[in-house]
Amino acid sequence: MSAVGVKARTGSTALDLVLRFRALGLLVALTALVAVTTAVNPRFLGGQSVRDVLFAAAITVLLACGMTVVVLTRGIDLSVGSVLGLSAYVTASVLAESGMPTGPAMVLGLAVGAACGALNGVIVHFGKVPPLVATLGTLYVLRGVVYFLAGGSRINASDLPRAFLDFGNGRLLGVPYLFAVAVLVLVLVGVYLGRYRSGRDLYALGSNPEAARLAGLPAGRRLMTAYVLSGSLAGLGGVLYAARFGTVDASAGFGMELNVVAAVVVGGVAIFGGSGTVLGAALGALLLTVINNALPVLRIDQFWQQAIIGALILAAIALDRLVSIRAARALRQKGSHVD
Amino acid sequence: MSALARHPDSVPPQPVPVVSLRALSKSFGAVQALSGARLDLYAGEAHALVGENGAGKSTLIKILAGLYRPDAGSIELDGEPVRFSDTAAAMAAGIAVIYQEPALFGDLTVAENLFIGRQPKGRFGFIDRAAMNRRAAALFARLGVPMDPDRPAKGLSIADQQLVEIAKAISLDARVLVMDEPTAALSGVEVERLFGVVRALRDGDSGSDADAGGAAVLFISHRFNEVEALCQRVTVMRDGAHVSTDLLADVGVEELVRRMVGRDLGAMFPKQEVEPGEVVLDVEGLTRTGVCRDVGFQVRAGEIVALAGLVGAGRSEVVQAVFGVEDRDAGTVRVGGRELPSGDPRAAIRAGVALVPEDRRQQGLLLDLSVLRNATLPGRGRLSRFGFLIGGAERREAAEWGARLNAKYGRLTDAAGTLSGGNQQKIVLAKWLATNPKVLIVDEPTRGIDVGTKAEVHRLLSALAADGVAVLMVSSELLEVLGMADRVLVMREGRIAGELSRAEATEESVMRLATGQEAAA
Repeated sequence: MSAVGVKARTGSTALDLVLRFRALGLLVALTALVAVTTAVNPRFLGGQSVRDVLFAAAITVLLACGMTVVVLTRGIDLSVGSVLGLSAYVTASVLAESGMPTGPAMVLGLAVGAACGALNGVIVHFGKVPPLVATLGTLYVLRGVVYFLAGGSRINASDLPRAFLDFGNGRLLGVPYLFAVAVLVLVLVGVYLGRYRSGRDLYALGSNPEAARLAGLPAGRRLMTAYVLSGSLAGLGGVLYAARFGTVDASAGFGMELNVVAAVVVGGVAIFGGSGTVLGAALGALLLTVINNALPVLRIDQFWQQAIIGALILAAIALDRLVSIRAARALRQKGSHVD
Repeated sequence: MSALARHPDSVPPQPVPVVSLRALSKSFGAVQALSGARLDLYAGEAHALVGENGAGKSTLIKILAGLYRPDAGSIELDGEPVRFSDTAAAMAAGIAVIYQEPALFGDLTVAENLFIGRQPKGRFGFIDRAAMNRRAAALFARLGVPMDPDRPAKGLSIADQQLVEIAKAISLDARVLVMDEPTAALSGVEVERLFGVVRALRDGDSGSDADAGGAAVLFISHRFNEVEALCQRVTVMRDGAHVSTDLLADVGVEELVRRMVGRDLGAMFPKQEVEPGEVVLDVEGLTRTGVCRDVGFQVRAGEIVALAGLVGAGRSEVVQAVFGVEDRDAGTVRVGGRELPSGDPRAAIRAGVALVPEDRRQQGLLLDLSVLRNATLPGRGRLSRFGFLIGGAERREAAEWGARLNAKYGRLTDAAGTLSGGNQQKIVLAKWLATNPKVLIVDEPTRGIDVGTKAEVHRLLSALAADGVAVLMVSSELLEVLGMADRVLVMREGRIAGELSRAEATEESVMRLATGQEAAA
């Protein structure tokens, strides 16, 4: 070690590329899937089909951004499906019944989500309840609240203002507004996580909570930020859901949390915290959506969809293991000083 | 090591201490960790805090660091009483702590680890990574350590992790620098460089914007030569209370040790002379790419052979490859004449090899499991019938070894993580001695444990050798190497640089081989 001077950063190797740009692998998988499906049916790349995918992916991408932030801190937010349902129902019902203008109603939906996120954060941080259990609890409680509010009723598109529905189904240069919103959120959250001190703190917290305490990082504030962000994005997801579908009943967003967790894991966010990017998570969400839409085209039975997603999750984790083993070996040889 | 032997300049204490800890008490459940501890630190002094494990040193500094709140007593900063609600508050007050166990963020880069929470900011409040990496590189240059600031902290050796912690503490430009055994994993050269930087901080000529008066340094160590090289005053603690504070020049090591343990100790290195027997462990041409190359040596029954060298010379890697926890790319390992397969620790255990690893918390113990389960883990085969463990036999064996090693624990069912460092090490030793090894490999056997336990471990190793066990010991502590070993193998950069007999081995001859300066000398 003594002979080596202070090393400048070494050039990127293929392994560095895989490590740093996990997203590349997902892009390759996505491209391959689209290519195969298009070869079977060229209409898969047609405008309508692509729009369907983007509409379907938008809300998952949005929620995956929030989930990533929470998972980075070694947490998980299982309540996002219920939060989405609650926000969608509240937004739609104030629009339909109280005649609240569209803008404030959308803000209200977002605020409902933020409040639910704050509740999660309080239970996790101040109650010291493991996130899995805390958000499993709020998953049921919040869904119960939606059932209480909605009863057996549903809100129909005909009750909602035209402008609201136009926003949910409109497009700008062929891109659905919904997807544009998701991309905007993705960029903002990505910049926050990568470039701001408080964003890096989230990685630190997930990487080594004890060290974070020794370093004097404000764990409570950061955890609250993460859960409120996840809740707010689920709330925003609820608003977009109502705008997109127009019909909202008590089951909106039911079971969605597992899709979101799957997207995040496939996207390379470490489930034990500390590493991963929102870009990866978003690509994971996109990949799962494309699989969903490609299977009918490929004439593969829908029953297989679940199995394929499961296999993808396992493959993603296997890849993580492989990469970390390879990385350990590479570090050993890089750090070596034996000729 | 010559700089270590130099006696430090005496700096006269100034009237108002930077930090004054008064009558601190703290208990955890039924255990009284501190009872009326006190300590004054002055600007420009390096102050040693010594005491056996469990004397309350770590609790004291954790209170100073804002991690614990005292049950009674007060902390004064420049004569003003303060209360630290958390570590951030203590840091803001200018207190930097290097903890005994490095705690890094594996997923972040080295530079981010140094500056987490206070990264340099550029446009839009973005983190300026280039500036951060430059500052990190400058810090490592000052410490004389080659380290890529942009690499992930994951995969760093313990020594390198400790160096990152040191760089982090130094970068805070603190008024009070607390070091809890910072040198445990470091080699002699690294220790000297660290001390150079710490002396500069202490004397206020660090070149940065530190106070002109210099920083107060609190240094906790079990190595008296380091204490003497760095410190002016020394405080002894025992059983959570203050025993004495003196100018180091006024008290001898013998006296300090006597105050620490409250009784006289036998010799620290009770080496018994043993006539070596047959070759038990025979290693030839051992090579592992990027780690070690063409390493060969023999250990006879009754012999203690030490592997010395700088951190990173490949000593731990060699013993791991011998034991089989790491594959070897070439070479043979024979135990009692029979060759061991590569990468198969179970075969090594069957052949009578035991390895007590370097990092007992990570590699030696299952911290959440009971003392009992830990102690009997490798002996499960012997202690079971038809695949079921026999509870009675397990308990008997664990209790027997616990007693033979004089380990102090509450109940056999207590989690191993609750024991003090020295007692944890005894449990790791018990676990392997219960397998009746023919070859005992110990990697840093006394790292971070107190003087009393250290002497017990040394006595034990010596007794085992006298019973005909072949002992291979990796140690960074030169006094331990010189005091215990029949032969010293010195490694440098993955190879064996030379072999010294007990008579030839001195601090100088070992360091010369370890640093590769035999030609220059």
